[in-house]
Amino acid sequence: MTEQTMEQSAKSEAAAAPGFLRRYALWVAGVVIVLVLPYIFTSGSAITMLTQMGVMVIFALSYNMLLGQGGMLSFGHAVYFGLGGFYTLHAMNAVINGGWSFPLELMPLIGGLGGLGWGILFGWVSTKRAGTTFAIISLGVGELVAASAQMFTDFFGGESGITTNRVDAAHQMSLLSLNYGPNIQIYYLVAVWAVACTILMYLLTGTPLGRMANAVRDNPERAQFVGYNPRVVRFAQFSLSGFFAGVAGALFAIMFEILTAENVGATQSGMVLLMTYIGGVGVFFGPIIGAILITWLQSSLSSFSEAWLLYFGLMFVLMVMYAPSGLSGIIMSHYLPFKNGLVRRLLPSYALAVIPTLVMFVGAVSIIEMGYHLSTSYLPSRPMGLFWISVVATDAWSWIVAVAILLVGLAACRWSYRRVGRAWDEVNETLVERGLA
Amino acid sequence: MLESFVFTVFNGVLYGMLLFMLASGLTLIFGMMGVLNFAHASFYMLGAYFAYQISVYAGFWPALFLAPLAVALVGAATEKWGLRQVHQHGHVAELLFTFGLVYVIEEVVHLIWGRNPVNYHVPPSLDFTLFTLYTTDFPAYRGFMLLVAVVMFVGIFLLLTRTRVGQIVQASLSHPDMVGALGHNVPRIFTLVFAFGTALAGLAGVIAGNYFITEPGMAWAMGPIVFVVVVFGGLGSLTGALIGSLIIGLIQTFAVQMNYSIADLLSGIGLSIPQDAFLGTIWHLDLSRVGPMLPFLLLVLMLIFRPRGLMGTRET
Repeated sequence: MTEQTMEQSAKSEAAAAPGFLRRYALWVAGVVIVLVLPYIFTSGSAITMLTQMGVMVIFALSYNMLLGQGGMLSFGHAVYFGLGGFYTLHAMNAVINGGWSFPLELMPLIGGLGGLGWGILFGWVSTKRAGTTFAIISLGVGELVAASAQMFTDFFGGESGITTNRVDAAHQMSLLSLNYGPNIQIYYLVAVWAVACTILMYLLTGTPLGRMANAVRDNPERAQFVGYNPRVVRFAQFSLSGFFAGVAGALFAIMFEILTAENVGATQSGMVLLMTYIGGVGVFFGPIIGAILITWLQSSLSSFSEAWLLYFGLMFVLMVMYAPSGLSGIIMSHYLPFKNGLVRRLLPSYALAVIPTLVMFVGAVSIIEMGYHLSTSYLPSRPMGLFWISVVATDAWSWIVAVAILLVGLAACRWSYRRVGRAWDEVNETLVERGLA
Repeated sequence: MLESFVFTVFNGVLYGMLLFMLASGLTLIFGMMGVLNFAHASFYMLGAYFAYQISVYAGFWPALFLAPLAVALVGAATEKWGLRQVHQHGHVAELLFTFGLVYVIEEVVHLIWGRNPVNYHVPPSLDFTLFTLYTTDFPAYRGFMLLVAVVMFVGIFLLLTRTRVGQIVQASLSHPDMVGALGHNVPRIFTLVFAFGTALAGLAGVIAGNYFITEPGMAWAMGPIVFVVVVFGGLGSLTGALIGSLIIGLIQTFAVQMNYSIADLLSGIGLSIPQDAFLGTIWHLDLSRVGPMLPFLLLVLMLIFRPRGLMGTRET
């Protein structure tokens, strides 16, 4: 062995450990963040919100198995979420009544299997087709189940829903002998399941099934020529996605101890679509961003603005129009410029664009909030708080000023976004010159 | 028995014609642009609200003409500044765009008119009994709704088959590229068709809003049913949309009237099923309670067994 090769092998051995860390740095960091978060945000409501984020992360990732990875736009994904949750509630109640024994920690498996079972049944029907037809079938199945939820009151509990008590269920049987009364214990239960499901779903993207799902999404005909039946690939992907949705529904049920027919309905299905799309369907971690952001906005916005759904809707529509790759897509597009030290060429144009965007935002929010104040307040002429000043919504001048701010913002945005576009053109040109893009 | 049967048929046909007013616009838009307009029922809702607002100032009759026009303007703007932008990203993106639009329109309605139903009434000039059959009164407004729907159907039919514009539209349905090659401005035809389709939905809203209730939930209540109708009848086929509307309208109206369950039917031939039998709830479920889910069951079955629908010419 020559000196040179010895040196090389020593180097590679030394690089092995940091190599592992470097490769999985994001994952390790993610797990560490998940573990320490409750020590940073210690208030009860914050922990409840974090727990809900964990549930929604699983749900949104399972939805992205359809939309992002399989190219299947579903309007009825809450069916598997909700049914999984209802199975879990009934299983927990059976444990409480002594009919059966099963640890609370593993209850999400029941929900997952429920979601998987219905995913197999409805998936068999709906994955025969792709594209728009698939979307309509999923809408039909969703409405079908939502309508049945009103009829089969034994299972869905009718108006009042099905309730349970997780402390009683855990009292009957728990692997860790915890009682799951405090929110923090539920947080860690959800966290463990969320991390496990995220890893599993990530690993799935690397399996032949995951790769073929992408192929079927991009070009079903070619996938067929390679020897795969697109329908079977879609079906497998759909059923597995139902499993993870069921797990999320089960955790939701354990967390809130109640589910109603609404949880299988169109609102829930729409919400997961919004989350996933806003987060971005093209990148694996996109839905995680979407789920966290939307859950946070939902609870923080809805407490001080009635218009939160309008903001969601507008955000979604603007995303579809101008940023179809979602937030994660925007982040990822900066990866190449960042690696090559070109980001600083973009920054001046970004800095220039921030102020007009804020001005436009202030104008739009003012108009929306004053409108809501007029239509919902008992006394519309009462002054309202808006961006730390007091405004009278019935005064015409408030409207004129708000519209003027919006128009100025819009005009400035047009001008400054063009600058951003030009900066991007330059960066892309440089990348092409260097042979990197 | 006969009396209730006759009136159920009347109401079923009426409801069906109302569905057709929505379905015809939706299927025109789909056939032409390949866009399934998820927000179609939201334009129906806008029609009702616009009509309410206009009728406050000018009464019902101006509203009947002005509200669909206003909806058409909103539709044209949506197509021109929204959908066209999204078109390059494909049909799924277009579907997503109109899906987001449902939220936006519903919330804008909240914003302007509040969350409670608005006071939009049948005009006094039409608020009388048209005729009395046996013992039941038939309100004149229902007759008027039927009249509007029929006039609209005949109007669309003549427009599409007898005029030059209709011929271009029909040609664009099947051969958009060829129509473009012949020098027609296809994007402008798209905008016109979208505006026309949404105006039809708006007209349905004008005449149905005061008969039912004008409230922010009316779009979500109507939207999925209209989808069922167009898919059931065959996407892109006007005749299919008419037949589909009538069938779904009749089924829904009849189902509400019937208090029979499978168990009742079986006991008629001498088989009795106890309440606590296996799947007891299913056997003893009244047809009237199954009603809301029947259209969706039909939709799913149709898509499994005949994906192009009753009269459809192509599979989506």
